[in-house]
Amino acid sequence: MSDVAVVDAGGSNLGSVCYALERLGVRPRVVADAAGLRGARRVILPGVGAAPEAMRRLHEQDLVAPLRALQVPLLGICLGMQLLYERSQEGEVECLGLVPGVVRKLPQAPGIRVPHMGWNALRAMRPSPLLDGVADGDSAYFVHSYAAPVTADTVAASDHGGLFTAVVRHGRWCGAQFHPERSAATGARILRNFLEMDH
Amino acid sequence: MLSRRLIPCLDVRGGRVVKGVRFRDHVDMGDIVELALRYRDQGADELVFYDIGASPEGRSVDYAWVERVARLIDIPFCVAGGIRDVETARRMLHAGADKISVNSPALERPALVSELADAFGVQCVVVGIDSIREADGQWRVRTNTGDPDKTRALAVRTLDWIAEAQRLGAGEIVLNCMDSDGVRRGYDIAQLRQARALCKVPLVASGGAGEMQHFAAVFEQADVDGALAASVFHSGTIPIPELKRFLRERQIEVRDV
Repeated sequence: MSDVAVVDAGGSNLGSVCYALERLGVRPRVVADAAGLRGARRVILPGVGAAPEAMRRLHEQDLVAPLRALQVPLLGICLGMQLLYERSQEGEVECLGLVPGVVRKLPQAPGIRVPHMGWNALRAMRPSPLLDGVADGDSAYFVHSYAAPVTADTVAASDHGGLFTAVVRHGRWCGAQFHPERSAATGARILRNFLEMDH
Repeated sequence: MLSRRLIPCLDVRGGRVVKGVRFRDHVDMGDIVELALRYRDQGADELVFYDIGASPEGRSVDYAWVERVARLIDIPFCVAGGIRDVETARRMLHAGADKISVNSPALERPALVSELADAFGVQCVVVGIDSIREADGQWRVRTNTGDPDKTRALAVRTLDWIAEAQRLGAGEIVLNCMDSDGVRRGYDIAQLRQARALCKVPLVASGGAGEMQHFAAVFEQADVDGALAASVFHSGTIPIPELKRFLRERQIEVRDV
């Protein structure tokens, strides 16, 4: 049995995340309930869509408490990362509360389009094994309308009308606002770092 | 800072990549996965696959090649052609597409855009628009442009549809300027500038790229987020690494590969 669990919370990028892991030589198992998490060495929570719908699904699958109780590193991707925070302004929904902070809508401004869609540079904010082999200024692929502010947990930030958190780590809780599964070599490197890091 | 995206567009018919001039006379360009991988290696920022036979033939794209592409490439890609309901879109996204683009079916039934945005979030929903300048000087939309015999002219003004599509939940607009398509005389800057003024979401220019300067012009003068092209990339006339160097020298932000 594979020890990397990918949570199926209805996110449509589930397949892409699994393929990215397969390209790294890992065969993940897709899990939809608490029992599936048992024995996992790493857990990945992908997500595309809206926060209220995603939280509703996690509640429905009885995954909220088991995710909060996880003792192994968890990586949230895109919406999956936003769900790690306390709340999201999107639908004013309570999230998992594993990382301090509130997710907010990206502000639209002249020349600043929302959704933030495309390749943007990562700016390292503090050292972290998640960024091993990733150079300051390397690009990752983002598609999102909401983002977490820069806090003490921010590992890397990105700039779209102001800095926001692109990579977060709070103990074993990790997150990437971009899509590592679609961020070429940089994304693959960050995924591998997550799979290999000590905790 | 957000990079400007270079997006090769692969028109797909019968499982092969094809390219026509002014939407006619398609010639075979090669195998889908082979071309996708080549573009990934060259530094394309994103790929769009248009199943150009799908809408006129009233069928949807098949999923097998979408999954084949998704397994192999590690850059984002969008699938277009014949997506007319949430279920089809869901299968496409689950097969591994990052975005889905709707064109003719959205014009026939605009509520489709809202249904897709509600189901998957606006960031997955691209509205593709084929636009042509008519005798009265107005740009108007066309449907089913994949097959000239089935192409229909609608009374809808392109700029009105751009505003409406955003209101309905489009997360990105791809504006294909048909007067320019395949003739390599440059993007339709005048039209794209007007579209840009209305477009709060990302806007991608399509149709007319022939020289590297055309890309610089469309980014500088129409402030588009991405530029889509087919023939100049497929033929090798403009190699993507060279184009990126050219744009970077002009202080246009592009992704390093």
